[in-house]
Amino acid sequence: MSSPVVAEYAVARGKAKSFYDRYERKSELQHQTHFCAGCGHGTIHKMLAAAIDELGVQDRTILVGPVGCGVFTYYYFDVGNVQAAHGRAPAVATAICRSRPGSVIISYQGDGDLSAIGSAEILHAANRGENIAVLFVNNAIYSMTGGQAAPTTLLGQKSTTTPLGRNAATEGYPLHVSELLATLEAPVYIERVGLGDNKQIAQAARAIRRAVENQSRGLGFSLVEVLSPCPTIWKMSPVEAQHWVRETMEKTFPLGVFCDRTKERLAAPAMQSAPVPAPALDELPRILGVADADLPEGHAQAIAGGQIVDLQVRIAGFGGQGVLLLGEVLAEAGLDAGLEVSWLPSYGPEMRSGTSNCHVRLAREAIDSPLVSAPNVLVAMNEPSLRKFDQSVRPGGWVIYNGEEFPADCRREGVHVLALPFTELANGMGDKRAANMVMMGAVLEIAGVLPDASVAAALRHLVRNPRWVELDERAMARGRDLFQQAFAATPPRSSQIRGTVSEP
Amino acid sequence: MRKQLMKGNEAIVKSAILAGCRAFYGYPITPASEIAESAAEFMPKTGGVYVQAESEVAAINMLYGAASAGVRAMTASSGPGISLMQEGISYMAGAELPCVIADITRGGPGLGNLGSEQSDYHQVVKGGGHGSYRTLVLAPNSVQEMADLTALAFDLADRYRNPVVLMADGFIGQMMEPVGFAQTATPPQLPAWAVAGTAASRGNLITSLYIDFDAMEKHSLALEAKYKQAEQREARAEEWMTADAEIVLVGYGIVSRILKAVAAETRAAGLKVGVLRPITLYPFPRAQFARLAARARLFVDVEMSHGQMIEDVKLAIDCARPVEFLSRVGGNVPTHEDVLRFVHELARREGLAPGRPACGPEAAARQRCEEEQMAHV
Repeated sequence: MSSPVVAEYAVARGKAKSFYDRYERKSELQHQTHFCAGCGHGTIHKMLAAAIDELGVQDRTILVGPVGCGVFTYYYFDVGNVQAAHGRAPAVATAICRSRPGSVIISYQGDGDLSAIGSAEILHAANRGENIAVLFVNNAIYSMTGGQAAPTTLLGQKSTTTPLGRNAATEGYPLHVSELLATLEAPVYIERVGLGDNKQIAQAARAIRRAVENQSRGLGFSLVEVLSPCPTIWKMSPVEAQHWVRETMEKTFPLGVFCDRTKERLAAPAMQSAPVPAPALDELPRILGVADADLPEGHAQAIAGGQIVDLQVRIAGFGGQGVLLLGEVLAEAGLDAGLEVSWLPSYGPEMRSGTSNCHVRLAREAIDSPLVSAPNVLVAMNEPSLRKFDQSVRPGGWVIYNGEEFPADCRREGVHVLALPFTELANGMGDKRAANMVMMGAVLEIAGVLPDASVAAALRHLVRNPRWVELDERAMARGRDLFQQAFAATPPRSSQIRGTVSEP
Repeated sequence: MRKQLMKGNEAIVKSAILAGCRAFYGYPITPASEIAESAAEFMPKTGGVYVQAESEVAAINMLYGAASAGVRAMTASSGPGISLMQEGISYMAGAELPCVIADITRGGPGLGNLGSEQSDYHQVVKGGGHGSYRTLVLAPNSVQEMADLTALAFDLADRYRNPVVLMADGFIGQMMEPVGFAQTATPPQLPAWAVAGTAASRGNLITSLYIDFDAMEKHSLALEAKYKQAEQREARAEEWMTADAEIVLVGYGIVSRILKAVAAETRAAGLKVGVLRPITLYPFPRAQFARLAARARLFVDVEMSHGQMIEDVKLAIDCARPVEFLSRVGGNVPTHEDVLRFVHELARREGLAPGRPACGPEAAARQRCEEEQMAHV
């Protein structure tokens, strides 16, 4: 260290502030990194630390480390450090930048990490224009694991898993990540640089600084791909490796700027604008629609104290017949009336196969099972639904069937039936889609206990269009009338559904 | 607290936001998609973040990032998506990052179907990822519990700095029941260990990497000690009519609701039947099981799988009593009638004579109804 040039260099450059004074990765020689002689990582680390220093963003910087030789960033960089799973750094960085938008987030990744296992994460982070800077260290091989082929391995290049050299016929072609990502509309800056000679190194330092600067200004997604020597795995001397970057790698991976929208982003707002200011905490229940003050008081006092209620309804029909809505109105009305209620829909494939059904329970006591396997009321809006569920109706229960003719083979002793052409009746009232509410009128008559005010409130809560509310209310009234006409002479007992505790 | 009708899936999101959750990262899947849809609506309105990830792999790693930055964050998925998340769950447990994951279960293996099963028990409760770690698992059985246990999940996740899974079958996610919410919201807080891009948090590091063997062993032992502490403190179960139970019905999620109905009916018929419902699947409520085993003649484990929780039941009672098993799979549910018949057959086999039925007309009516049903068998 006697050379005045070296001494001057040491004073002029020193060690970046963003580096720790001592690197605890190793128990001895803590002024040195763990990288091999001639490895590009050391150079890139230095450039990044210098950029962080120059931009004065050390406190704001969060470095997301990869799996690979660069995994130990946190032993070197005195910034916030998050170590990510293999390939996932862009996803990790996405969430950090979304939640801490003022931070300077750098995703540091190797070519195995970024271009193979993490290819989906980098593509989508770039496409979303996440406000992160990616340093993509491309040495055309998996180095940390001992020299296996990477997507970036050159044609003909030997590796432990391409012992004869990479063959395009079996291993495909080297993946050009920068070119690929430059086809996207969101990224602000993508450049490929090399560490092949001093001129290239100077350009690499400028590119890295630009990426970090873009990031600190919130301009969006930047990526710098660095062609980086790996003398150990390439089995070359450091000098040979540098030459190989310049003379061989560069032929496959030409250097240059592939995308630069810095100027337009500086002029226009960034992809991700500043987050909307958070509302005051006490506003949250109202915003979420769960504030007590915004919920109706209901009509709990309308049902007499001693009454037992146990309505177990199965509603089934074609999609579009309003099966689920009928159930919802019933459940909402029950809740409004102070009852315990549950509503369970069929979902998934059934929803898309044209049939639909739901289970509704209304009870005075807490509801044990919301599944209605033995209903005391079945609302069957078509024949297939009737045939599917009619055998399950409890003795003493009801079937309300949408059809003039109730199939004779579905009749059972002790089960009451109301079969009417509800669709035609609703059509006559203005819209056949109101058939569900005509049938609802009959269900309300059977249930008996639900106050009109609760039913009206439920309908208004679920049906926003006033024209439909009016039609649905008329339809329900019609349903009630039809039920009363049908059973005026012999009102059937429905003690199974409602009654008083004294009733045997 | 007033109640309103709401789907279980929606209740999760509203409760999460009230509990201070400000980030949701997810990928759509039936029957959990309403959670993402609801988060997409409400997160931005409440100062939170919503991102639809490119995959469940990315989603869980986004959770890793959000948690690293000290934000209460959650995701939701179903079996196939939870499989993809196992890598990230292991990393989060290793790096001691809190998060809440809702698993609204469906049928499997493979693409399976969209019906409800409880066959995610092994992968969720035992941990489907690599390494020695556990996730705390809560199993709600009502929409109100979807809300309440979500809030609890965030507290547990922070307390233990560990992922917590809310595992509910599709029924609990899809059904609507009355639910009430806390009227005060928990403010988001920045944990001291988080990496938040500030001078104060600059020295912080989030990692699961311990390259030195002794350091790794020390970390692993610390995690284990934490899980043991959770086992001591956090096990929860609901008991119903178990004080004198000779037959203890065991089930979680939707199954437990069916078991309650069955227990009520068999009680009315004079059989001493109770229900023990684990609310935490890990830690498993071993103490409650061990206590009931002292009196019970047998346990009946009912699951919508081929018997995954049953292993924990047998371990909890140290195989001191027979554990009978009943299941339906493929999207089917063991019906009230199925379980009722099963319990009566067992009672007959065991020579458990019906005692004097509980009095009252309702009980008598139930008995009549049950006799009718038995006659059909």
